[in-house]
Amino acid sequence: MNSERQYKEIFTECREMIDSHSAAVLNMLREKAFEDFSRLGFPTQKVERYKYTDVASAFKPDYGLNLNRLDFSVDPYEAFRCDVPNLSTSLYFIINDAFCQKVLPPVTLPEGVIVCSLKQAAEEYPEKVSSYYGQLAHTEEDAVSALNTMFVQDGLFIYIPRNVVVERTIQVVNILRSNVDLMVNRRVLIIIEENAQARLLFCDHAADDHHFLSTQVAEVFIGENACLELYELEETHVKNSRFSNLYVDLQRYSMLRHFNVTLHNGLTRNRTDVTLSGEGAEANLYGCVTTDKQQRVDNNTLIDHRAEYCRSNQLYKYVLDDEAVGAFAGRILVREGAQHTVSEERNANLCSAGGAHMYSQPMLEIYADDVKCSHGSTVGQMNEQALFYMQQRGISREEAHMLLKFAFAGEVIDAIGLEALRDRLHYLVEKRFRGELSRCSGCKLCK
Amino acid sequence: MLRIKDLHAAINGKEILKGINLEVNPGEIHALMGQNGAGKSTLGNVLAGNPAYEVTGGSIIFNGKDLLAMKPEERANEGLFLSFQQPVEIPGVSMVNFMRAAINSRRKYRGEEPMAAGDFLKMMREKRKIVELDSKLANRSVNEGFSGGEKKRNEIFQMAMLEPTLSILDETDSGLDVDALRIVAEGFNKLRTPETSALVITHYQRLLDYLKPDVVHVLLDGRIVKTGGPQLATEIEEKGFDWIKTGLSAI
Repeated sequence: MNSERQYKEIFTECREMIDSHSAAVLNMLREKAFEDFSRLGFPTQKVERYKYTDVASAFKPDYGLNLNRLDFSVDPYEAFRCDVPNLSTSLYFIINDAFCQKVLPPVTLPEGVIVCSLKQAAEEYPEKVSSYYGQLAHTEEDAVSALNTMFVQDGLFIYIPRNVVVERTIQVVNILRSNVDLMVNRRVLIIIEENAQARLLFCDHAADDHHFLSTQVAEVFIGENACLELYELEETHVKNSRFSNLYVDLQRYSMLRHFNVTLHNGLTRNRTDVTLSGEGAEANLYGCVTTDKQQRVDNNTLIDHRAEYCRSNQLYKYVLDDEAVGAFAGRILVREGAQHTVSEERNANLCSAGGAHMYSQPMLEIYADDVKCSHGSTVGQMNEQALFYMQQRGISREEAHMLLKFAFAGEVIDAIGLEALRDRLHYLVEKRFRGELSRCSGCKLCK
Repeated sequence: MLRIKDLHAAINGKEILKGINLEVNPGEIHALMGQNGAGKSTLGNVLAGNPAYEVTGGSIIFNGKDLLAMKPEERANEGLFLSFQQPVEIPGVSMVNFMRAAINSRRKYRGEEPMAAGDFLKMMREKRKIVELDSKLANRSVNEGFSGGEKKRNEIFQMAMLEPTLSILDETDSGLDVDALRIVAEGFNKLRTPETSALVITHYQRLLDYLKPDVVHVLLDGRIVKTGGPQLATEIEEKGFDWIKTGLSAI
């Protein structure tokens, strides 16, 4: 009857094993997360923020869990290239939830910067990790975050100390790898201290032809006057279910630019909660989704304006083909006292086939009286006039379709500041629309 | 070159063309005049293959081939060009990408290799001069933010790029001031050859003063009711269309 039971049973039975392969800081929150999860259960579609994704069904199958930390003997450097030509990055790999200790070529980071396994960080810097871990991802109101907190054993830790500017993009490639169907619970903790700057690129791939279910909870702290560019690129396959919860806290005059690109997937549910805690903070969120077949993508955002003079801007664009289903629900909350807020939200969608569906729900809640806010949503089909115009110039209907889709998604990609990545994404999106990207690219593990 | 026989066409079930007969030979310019709603633009769109219009009868032979059996892009690649009355804006598709796709589609249709990037840009530069289009045009989205005059000049620019054998100008003169009209008309004349033909749809004599049509047709209620030489256009300019109607009802 209920999908929760197996998780509660595994947790109770394996608690010791989970703890013994993790760190004390992470173990500390498990009990509360378990209580929260038991109380909440998986959200039904009556729960506002999970209206468009059937969570219980996604978690129902009996996936394997690698709680005993068996090592997947895979060398990502031999098996995998996530190529972004002309972009030189500090490259790291995470296989499932395990940070790959081998780093080639060796990376030299500015002094004080840490990029490592979360478990390792929790053991080496327990005070630092414990003062941030679990502070944003509230297990009492999100069952997926609760479940992640119960089972998580490792993940990624990034720390950029005060005043440090990391020039080189830090790229983290997450690879799902298994010989059986597998559930992965990964945790990410990112701390950007005052006046520091960094650019992160996360690429998600699924290497094997098995069903994967992954939960990722990322907590990101951006200190005063600090600046973070965070790119997330999902390029998995139809047997992949991804539940990603990203929580960001922005202090005074700090800035976030977040790009979430879903290039290829199975079921994707991204929750993005951004809290503008300090005066003058700015958050820019961009989403670009290309889906077809029976893929589903659900982006759910909350921008919480808590301080004066903050700005937020959201642009999410979807191109849906075949029988794909997309959802975007974005809530902007301007709290009492958050005067002089400027907030914009736009969601535009192109259903290029009759069987594709899009649910769009922009929301604006304002409790301050001196603000400038706007929100809008459009769902449209291919412009027949434009198609005919192009055909009249000799361009085939199929090619014209391609050009229109590419132009539509291009608006988001053009906003990417990193030129090499922008060019790469234009290329990948074009390949995707041409149907040449049914799996992930550059990955030798794909059969 | 073009032979239209007893052409009937409808939009949304309403018959607009009620038996058009027309023949255009290589090198000829035909003007098509008539009041709003007579069916002039419908004829242009039917020739180009606009899916919004339904052909209910008749035949069209273009360069010896059955035009009605061809897709719009095939008609274009066979050398038919329609200068749109309302050029369509395509946000996000740059002129340069649009033209490259068009040129290379044509080459593919003819079994040729895609054009080298350098040659293509050179061609863009040269053809642009014909209608005095700004060099910034290449990176702008197709027709987006173009003024009315720029849009029409852009149509003739595309015609210059694609070098059609039969051009249909659908009210290319409407909304143009005298200077823009001169640029468009002179641009068109530069592209003429003894092998190329045109069907010019217009309300006014002014464009025809530049283009000097060989034949003038008057369209009324879906049929060509009068055909004559260039002087017919002058007569219409002076007397309007009513005298033709009166003449008809007298018959």
